This record gives sequence, C-alpha cells and structure tokens, in this order.
Amino acid sequence: MATINRSAAQLRATIVGNKLVGQYHQILISVGDLVDKCKPGNFVAISVGGDSSKMILRRAFAISRVTHSNSFGGTMELIVAPHGQGSKWLCAQPEGAVIDLVAPLGSAFGIPTEPVQVLLVGGGYGSAPLFGLAEVLKDRGCKVDMLLGASTAGKIYAPMEGKRSVNSLRIYTEDGSMGIAGKVTDPIPELISDLDVAVIYSCGPMGMLAAISAITADKDVVHQCAVEESMACGIGICMTCVLPVRNEDNSISMLRSCIDGPVMDGSNVMWDLVGKNPTVTQ
Amino acid sequence: MTAVDFSTTFSNAWFPTPVFTASGCASSGKELAQFFPLKDIGAVVTKSIMNKARLGRATPRMAETPSGMLNSIGLQGPGIDTFIEKDIPWLVEQKARIIVSIAGETIEEYSTLARKLRSVSGISAIEVNISCPNVENRGLVFACDPEASRKVIDGVRRTIGGELPIIAKLSPDVTDIVTIAKGVVDAGADGIALINTVLGMVINLSTMRPHLGGKTGGLSGPAIRPIAVRAIYQVHAAIPNIPILGMGGVTSGRDAFEMILAGASAVSVGTASFGNPMAIPHIQEELKSLLEEKGFKQIKDAIGYAHRTDEHHE
Repeated sequence: MATINRSAAQLRATIVGNKLVGQYHQILISVGDLVDKCKPGNFVAISVGGDSSKMILRRAFAISRVTHSNSFGGTMELIVAPHGQGSKWLCAQPEGAVIDLVAPLGSAFGIPTEPVQVLLVGGGYGSAPLFGLAEVLKDRGCKVDMLLGASTAGKIYAPMEGKRSVNSLRIYTEDGSMGIAGKVTDPIPELISDLDVAVIYSCGPMGMLAAISAITADKDVVHQCAVEESMACGIGICMTCVLPVRNEDNSISMLRSCIDGPVMDGSNVMWDLVGKNPTVTQ
Repeated sequence: MTAVDFSTTFSNAWFPTPVFTASGCASSGKELAQFFPLKDIGAVVTKSIMNKARLGRATPRMAETPSGMLNSIGLQGPGIDTFIEKDIPWLVEQKARIIVSIAGETIEEYSTLARKLRSVSGISAIEVNISCPNVENRGLVFACDPEASRKVIDGVRRTIGGELPIIAKLSPDVTDIVTIAKGVVDAGADGIALINTVLGMVINLSTMRPHLGGKTGGLSGPAIRPIAVRAIYQVHAAIPNIPILGMGGVTSGRDAFEMILAGASAVSVGTASFGNPMAIPHIQEELKSLLEEKGFKQIKDAIGYAHRTDEHHE
C-alpha cells in the first residue's frame, strides 16, 4: 500500500487570477516553491466557505499545471467547474483572496523513459491536467496526440496555449456542437494500431476511464488513468474514496484514490465492481 | 503564569495531553505524521481493527451534510495480525501513545482480539468499539443492547483485565445511555468513550435512492457535538469516577474544553482532521490557552466542572 505524498504541505495561499474559460474557471494560486514538488496528476485539497462555513470538508481539484511567473513566483493553475456549493464558492473568490490548501497530494502520471508515442484522452474539464502532462511528455521526446470529449461544446476545455505541446488534437462532442459528433473513445482502437501507441493517459469521468480500460485490455498498451471518487479528506485517513483494485495474486484491495491514486493502472482497477460490495461479489 | 498540567489518565495509563485522534479518523497515524509528530499529541487511537482483513462497504462511502458528514466505511482494515506486525512497531518508533480500537462480529471475536494484543508491548489502552453503526445487522450493534455490551466487555476483561485499561465505546443511538454505561463498567470497563457516530441517511436527488452504498451511515462533525456533550454530561453525573474519552464534532479548543467541563478526561478529534490535517495540534494549543485563561492549574480540576453545585462565584 502506498503512502501519502512526501511533499504534501498545508499552506495559506493567495489567488492571483480567476477568469472564465468557457463554462470553467481558470484559477491561478500563488504557492511559491511548492510548484517544484507538483507533478502532473497530483491534486490539491482546498478549504471552502470560510471559517464559519457549514462545509467542513476540503474540495479536491486536479492541478492542471504549475508555472513560474515573474510577478507571482510559483503559481498553480486549477480548472474548476462551478457545480456544487464548494466549487461555486471557490469560483467566486476574487484575486487577492487567501485560501487554505494542502498540496501536492496523490500519485503522479508515470513518464516513459523512452521517447514513445502516447495518446492523451480527456473528458470534460478532466482535460485540464493533460496539457501540463503534454509539456512534460514532449520534453521527454514523446510524440503526443490528444483526444478531448464532452457532452457539448461548452464543456470542452482546450486552451490555445495547451495545443502547442501536442502533435494533434481531435475534439468530440456527443451533440456534435464542436468537432466530431460522437464519443471520445470511438477512435481509440484505430489510433492505437495506426500510431503504434505505447501509453494512454486519461482523465475524466469514470465511465470513460472504464471504456478505455476495456479497449486496452487485450492490447499491449499501458493505460494510466486519473480516477475521481468522492473523498472527505484527500490525505488517506477517511477511507471513503476507495476503488476495487486487483492484486497480483488476484485478490482484491480497496485502495484509496487519494493516496494510491489518483493515477492508477487502468488494467488493475476492477471497473465492474466500482460501487458494488466486493465482499459479496468476490 | 505557570504552565497548566496538561496530563491526564485512564486507569493506569498516563497521557501527556488530553487530545487524541479519534478511531477511524486517523488510520494508523502514518498520514497525519506528515503534518505533525505523533508524539506531540496525547495518543493515537487507531482505526478499529477486526480479526480478519476486511474490504468494507461499497462506494459512495461519504456524503457531506450541513456541519457534518455521513460515512459508511464498514470497518475496512488489514486484520489484527498484519496490524500488530506493521502498524504497532511503526507507532512505537514514533514514540506515540497507542490506544488500539478493536471491533468484532461476535463476543468471541473481541476476546480473540484482546488475547492477540495481550503480549504486544507499547500499547497504552484498548478501546472496545461496540458501537460501529456500519454493520449489516443493527442487532449486531452491541452497544444498543445492555446485555450484549456487558458480555463483550466481560470477555475482554477476562482476557486482559488489569493489564491494559479497557475503554468501551458507546453509541448515542440508545434510549438511555447511562444504563449501557453502568452495565459496561460493572462488567469491567475502566473508561467510556462517548460518542460513536449517529446513524443517518441522505437521499440522492438524481438517483432518488439512498446516496451511500451502505444506504445508512454514521453522522459525525460539529452537527453532533451537542449530542456528545449531553451524553458525556449524563454519564459523568451517573458514574463520576469513571474516566470518559469525549468525542463528536470537536473542531476547536473551545469544543474540547466544553467536553472536559461536561466530564471528559480526554477528547478525541476525528472529522476535524479531514478538513484540517493540523486540527489536533491546533486544538491542543487552543485548549491549553483556554485552561490558563480560566485559571485551571491542572486539567483534572476542569474535568466535570460543569457539574459543580457550588454557586459561589469568585
């Protein structure tokens, strides 16, 4: 069983940017030298609602990228969808607001040692951490192609600057309002053989991750996926964010997606048991 | 100003501070140790351990509620043998005081667990969790039945009584908690832990079904704190000589102080650590300041202070 991210630290940090990008908020936080510890795939847990809030739990967000800027030092970027009360509160915070965060948390995407062909697949705002990852992969010499999907155009997150680090970007919407009409997983089998893909990196809804795992099951392709399960603490103590994962001896462990994840080997996650009671179905 | 004597005792177990982790909210301490040294707090109360490894309940396992949360873990854990082999030595290395929480499906399982812990060195006390709400059969919540509660504690006492203090953890989901508390003390409990989570439910409006995989869950957090204070007050009034480990929504030094005034000899902090990994050291500092501010020279003088009949004001 894995241990908590050794670089995890709690700090009060200032929001230095908050702008609307499509249906999402792009939030920049000044975190100083902590950026050097953040890797693609890691996440941050943020207190929401202020000191007298009835929301007692932190909210977890994937770190989409980290940068060094002249004016703000090290900054962390988050792409936040204002869905629930907590994320709405965060999106309403102005520049200059101070928030309490714990980061970096969780596992990171593994980077190939060889310059191989990789495919990045993002669903909705799950695409956010993939652009930072693409830069790292490109620096490693990998050829990076990307697929983004969402139900509709407004839910696609594809910043202009992100497109520079990828060889090709294809967009899929289920309602056909942007890019190609269909599911983002539709072209994957063909791309795997056409491009000779060695690794697929994915981030998005669990259904999408499960579908990619099914596609790669009988292929010689590594599938690293960033999972998303509701969590209370983000630091491994509440045991709520568990996923059924197959061990080498075929037994099942309920692993914490905050510590053993969020990046997991998609071929080990027992997707059909997610949300079921493994003690009964074992 | 002289420093407050912050130490507290449960039977023959001594703790340098009265602020502990709460069982099930700190795993076995490794994760929180990233944020503060475990030796700096009163004790680590480990997540309730069963005899065999257990996978627990299906997800979703949690739902946030106003000033609280429901959890439905179902006692996931590695089993006592792995726990003794791996977690205890690590905690001993950290110089943490250790209270091991045990949970069983049968009265015999509790005795088995106590027997396995008997020869393990480095443990300060045993918390006997007879009140986990996340079991399939409510009839198995021993703490809802005075007779079953007594039998569990009696079995543990026969195994390790006199060697390690036995703290019985009770459920607030009973008609009369004092009866249950008196029963377990008669059976040999050296202390009482109050309270476990309160049974609750959230319906998901999208699926229009219970949100949690286990349908029901245990409510924790500030939402339940007044229930805990009430239970501590009632039990301390009935059996003032029995130390109480108070818990339920403690988030600040003020909350810890409130429980001590109600009759707690120490407090456990659980859900607050989910929202703030530094909650326990912060609460500890705040409590110390409060005790000093109120003029208490030792924590023992504050325990149950809310019960005094003397109306004389200084």
